[in-house]
Amino acid sequence: MFTYTLPILVIPALMFIFLGLMDNKFKPMTSGILGTIGLGIVAILSYIAAYDYFFSVGLIDGIYQKIIAFNFEWLKITEHLHIDLGILLDPISVMMLVVISTVSLMVHIYSFGYMNGERGFQRYYALLSLFTFSMLGLVVATNIFQMYIFWELVGVSSYSLIGFYYTKKSAIAASKKAFIVTRFADFFFLVGILLVSFYSETFDFISLTNPENNELIMKTAGLSFLGISVLSWGMMLIFMGGVGKSAMLPFHIWLPDAMEGPTPVSALIHAATMVVAGVFLVARLFPVYYLGTPEVLTIIAYIGAITSLFAAIVACTQTDIKRVLAFSTISQIAYMITSLGVSGLAGHEGLGYMASMFHLFTHAFFKALLFLGAGAVIHAVHSNEMSAMGGLNKYLKITNITFLIACLAIAGIPPFSGFFSKDEILVAAFHSDKILFACLYFCAGLTAFYMFRLYFNIFWNDNNKEYEHTPHEAPFVMTFPLIFLATLTCVCGFIPFSHYVSADAMPFETHINWAIASASIGVALIGIGIATKMYFKKSEIPDKVADTVKGLYTSAYHKFYFDEIWVFVTKRIIFEGISRPIAWFDRHVVDGFMNGLSWTTNFVSQKTKNLQSGLVQDYVTIFIGGALVIVLIMILI
Amino acid sequence: MNVPIEAYLIVSTIMFFVGVYGFLARRNLLTILMSLELMLNAVNINFTVFNRYLFPGQLDGFFFTLFIIGIAAAETALAIAIIINIYRNIQNIFVDKVNNLKH
Repeated sequence: MFTYTLPILVIPALMFIFLGLMDNKFKPMTSGILGTIGLGIVAILSYIAAYDYFFSVGLIDGIYQKIIAFNFEWLKITEHLHIDLGILLDPISVMMLVVISTVSLMVHIYSFGYMNGERGFQRYYALLSLFTFSMLGLVVATNIFQMYIFWELVGVSSYSLIGFYYTKKSAIAASKKAFIVTRFADFFFLVGILLVSFYSETFDFISLTNPENNELIMKTAGLSFLGISVLSWGMMLIFMGGVGKSAMLPFHIWLPDAMEGPTPVSALIHAATMVVAGVFLVARLFPVYYLGTPEVLTIIAYIGAITSLFAAIVACTQTDIKRVLAFSTISQIAYMITSLGVSGLAGHEGLGYMASMFHLFTHAFFKALLFLGAGAVIHAVHSNEMSAMGGLNKYLKITNITFLIACLAIAGIPPFSGFFSKDEILVAAFHSDKILFACLYFCAGLTAFYMFRLYFNIFWNDNNKEYEHTPHEAPFVMTFPLIFLATLTCVCGFIPFSHYVSADAMPFETHINWAIASASIGVALIGIGIATKMYFKKSEIPDKVADTVKGLYTSAYHKFYFDEIWVFVTKRIIFEGISRPIAWFDRHVVDGFMNGLSWTTNFVSQKTKNLQSGLVQDYVTIFIGGALVIVLIMILI
Repeated sequence: MNVPIEAYLIVSTIMFFVGVYGFLARRNLLTILMSLELMLNAVNINFTVFNRYLFPGQLDGFFFTLFIIGIAAAETALAIAIIINIYRNIQNIFVDKVNNLKH
């Protein structure tokens, strides 16, 4: 039935190899067009798959089935334990297929304009294909090991795309930072996988997450390590991988720096798709978290809430527009994580799960739109800094309107998509934990504030700003994705998402909780109001406010010194305190012992090699000496 | 006249160690060969003397002596043939110069 889903993976993979090998043999345009056509086919196939799945075959007896569209046994480890490569279709993976292929297609089209004339245009499209392949492989993974493989592939392609401008020092540093930080977190992920699969004797998602008679939970029952159950350790470690990829505290430090990459890449990887891999991971294993380790789920919720608050505060003070967006991404992903953390499993209890996926869906579109819009702005003024912008509404009409739509969506103003998903998250949090709700609620206000601070600083504020080159609207290939994504942002909030995605795969009804909805609209409007007052026109208020809360402002501006703490921990403690002594021990004691052995052997052989003179008389001398000694001994005894 | 056995043995010992000295100290292959003969002959004397004094009725020792003389003759012929070949190759017969295979 779903055999046509295989090309969804195969096309981008082949495209990567093809474009990567041909590289400069092609004209830039040829590479770009080939890549885009490939992605177009992938997108169409994804849409067909989604349509088939949701409207014709997926729903059987009121439950969305998990369908294995393709499976290939790759490595057999033991009788039960084997690593497969395959395609698993269920509501969230099908939804992710749609999200990834849509955003990726838009980014492909957009990049024609944005990357026009860049050196390495062909390489850029090859890497985009690689990334799309890895991300699609990740979401359709049938087992956790396949997911891990693609998880790392995603990390690699992200690394190469962040470092796309490889002659720029900061880009190289950022790409290394992103790779090492996420790789460090992935180490815990791997340990978690091994731990869990050791007990469950399977990597397979379907048997791992089976809500009834879950073998994993039964087999690990009663086992504990250091006072915490083994399953909690495993699931916590697996979540650590998600913390790294999704840039939660304390592993968020790589994401703001990742903005060194080309802006369309930021839109694709660091806003819409890769960074939600952590959310997707938790959602994928949600039944295990909920049934087996509810305490880990609580930790997840709190990590999300704290991160969300932290990132929102930092976003208010940044001046690089892409960094503001990066922190807003962290904050929004933390929303999704929190929402998963407060969710239940069945029926309306599972609202948080549904809301999280819904927010993932809507966020992917409006955040990609924001990044692409920011890209159009950067394209026009050739700078990332807010101070270099202002009054651009006169020049960039389309960008202005689409950006405004995205800002309204992320701020949670109806009827834009962000409102619906955010409202569901707030409702879920409200019914579960009032502290988390307060945290998220406050964040909603902050989000509205910093997004409109960004918006006004770019498009209004200094209306009569003089530009050296008059900024001009981006070409059609760049505005088309903006318009398309803006349209999606306007309409996709009305999708009855709970009919399609839910924690137990059974459709249910949701209604907008108008009490909480109006409260969230209220706080968003307050945020927008304050931002309008402070930033709509050039004024002294922002500086005054910054002065009154100087301590908070400075530390938020420095991102609460997290980078410095990491540098301190890695450099002072790990490098100088641990690695150096170990290196010394290795060099002097371990190597010294081995060198000593070889030196001794060498010395002894140097000294004794003269015995082998090759002169027959020397040998005879020794022979006679030996014979005399033997005779002497025989005489004496 | 009754020569004591020790007299023979002293002579053969002196001959043997003269042979050993010559074998070790000389570089000339021919002299070494001569030293070798000296040692063999010292052994021959021992064989005959012990046979004559300890087992007068038997001939084993004499036979061994004859064997050794025969083998020594054959060995000398062989050795001289080798020495002549060495001389043709390296134009001398010093034992410490025969080291072509070492390098």
